[in-house]
Amino acid sequence: MSIRRTAIEADDDFLGDFHVYEPHRAGLPRMRPYFRELWRRREFAFEMAKSSIRAHHQDTALGVLWNVLNPLLLASVYYVLVMVLRGGSDKLPSGYFAHLLAGLFAFYLVSGAMAGGASSVISASKIIMNTAFPRMLLPLSTVYVAVRKFVPTMAIFLLAAVISHLSFSWVQLLAIPMLVLIIVFATGLAMLLATLQVYFRDTTSFLPYFVRIWLYLSPVLYYPENVPEKLKILEFANPLFSLLGGWGDLLVRGELIPWSMWLQAFAWAFGTLIAGALVFMSRERDFAVRL
Amino acid sequence: MQDLSITYRTTFERRPTLKDAVLRLGRGERAVREVEAVKHVSFDVPQGTVLGIVGSNGAGKSTLMRAIAGILPPTSGRIEVRGKVSTLLALGVGFNPNLSGEENVLLGGLAAGYTRAEIAEKYIEIAEFSELGDFMDMPMRTYSSGMFSRLAFAVAVHMDPDILLVDEALSAGDAKFKAKAAAKMAELVSEARTMFLVSHALGTVKDMCNDAIWLNKGQLMLRGTPEHVIAEYTRFVKVGESAYTLEDM
Repeated sequence: MSIRRTAIEADDDFLGDFHVYEPHRAGLPRMRPYFRELWRRREFAFEMAKSSIRAHHQDTALGVLWNVLNPLLLASVYYVLVMVLRGGSDKLPSGYFAHLLAGLFAFYLVSGAMAGGASSVISASKIIMNTAFPRMLLPLSTVYVAVRKFVPTMAIFLLAAVISHLSFSWVQLLAIPMLVLIIVFATGLAMLLATLQVYFRDTTSFLPYFVRIWLYLSPVLYYPENVPEKLKILEFANPLFSLLGGWGDLLVRGELIPWSMWLQAFAWAFGTLIAGALVFMSRERDFAVRL
Repeated sequence: MQDLSITYRTTFERRPTLKDAVLRLGRGERAVREVEAVKHVSFDVPQGTVLGIVGSNGAGKSTLMRAIAGILPPTSGRIEVRGKVSTLLALGVGFNPNLSGEENVLLGGLAAGYTRAEIAEKYIEIAEFSELGDFMDMPMRTYSSGMFSRLAFAVAVHMDPDILLVDEALSAGDAKFKAKAAAKMAELVSEARTMFLVSHALGTVKDMCNDAIWLNKGQLMLRGTPEHVIAEYTRFVKVGESAYTLEDM
């Protein structure tokens, strides 16, 4: 076997019989084999997510119930806050609590993916130093965790919707594609933050404050049309405005949203996903050196 | 596996933080501090070789192994590997202490690209070989270091590797397990598989390997028979080749 095969002829970077490793610190891996391997090892992401969900509330008395209790308690806190500021619960529009729940739960899906994603690569340093695999599985796994935590909270939303006599219509089904866009957006953010955290360890310390401010700038505690004139720019500058605003309008009010809103949501979601994936993939082979 | 050549430099930065970055920017300094872990090392390893790698701490042995496994990218040069690589790098690495041994085996196997069915099939052999019994269901933080290394070794050798990378694995098990591990490794070699063995236990290198290299500060000092390389290496560090150094250097 004296013929030197080139990198192009080599099997993929992770498994197979022939590997060539050449200098690369930045730069993208070859896409086809990368995503083939990513897909082949998807079970790893699922298993990782399951074990982290299991491990998270292991020592508490209520256990996994906290995944539902946490967002519910939080929603109650914000409900009380808004009620006091508005001067009584009768001053709130009907269905406000359902709106708050829907927005907050979706927001927590995004912020959960962000927080998980940011620490995903660093906390898996041991397995990164020991095994060659597509690192993208790590942030993807944390997004899956966030989605898994989100699903049961929808049961609470349904309960609240029934209690506040929300009407149901086919329009509400359109909230599902919007939810998909929200997840796509969260995935892109998770990958961006995972990369950022490797280079700036301060990221996870800043994150909670950033997340809190972002919550206040998004139509969660208020309705999209209640944004003051001076802050109208948020409608375009804040990705969550179209994503969460659309989500709330579709799901809670059963109102169709304008095409421009769909378009914005779509652009933000896939723009972030592609940017996140490219940044992550071009940097991931440098991770092992920096952990 | 033939034709493996590495010329490799690596760059480590101190834990990067924003403050450091800002301060550096103010001083106009560059962020990186270069550590040349492996310097212009080239060698070929034919199939079926058991290559011992000796050298003092920080010589670049583990870095070299990680480069072969495709974990650390070469800074310059080129590595060609033919075959499936199974890694057993620094002991217990890759394991999550809060999960049970069984879960860790599953996670590690899935990351390495095996299917659930393949892992389930090998799991029985792994559990048996590691002799951990009920401990397989316990969180790994309850394991002793010997149990850690037994499990890590069992996983690595049962994944049907063409090339097995072993980093200090045999130093932690008890005498009985060491003998068993050595037998298993001999069995793998007899099936014409290739093995890289990093060890400070020069006796092990001498017994198990049929080829050896000596790294010092990232440079390849010598390549030759294990006896010759060990003799030169021990002369270099100025200790006589006593039974003591054979096990503990």
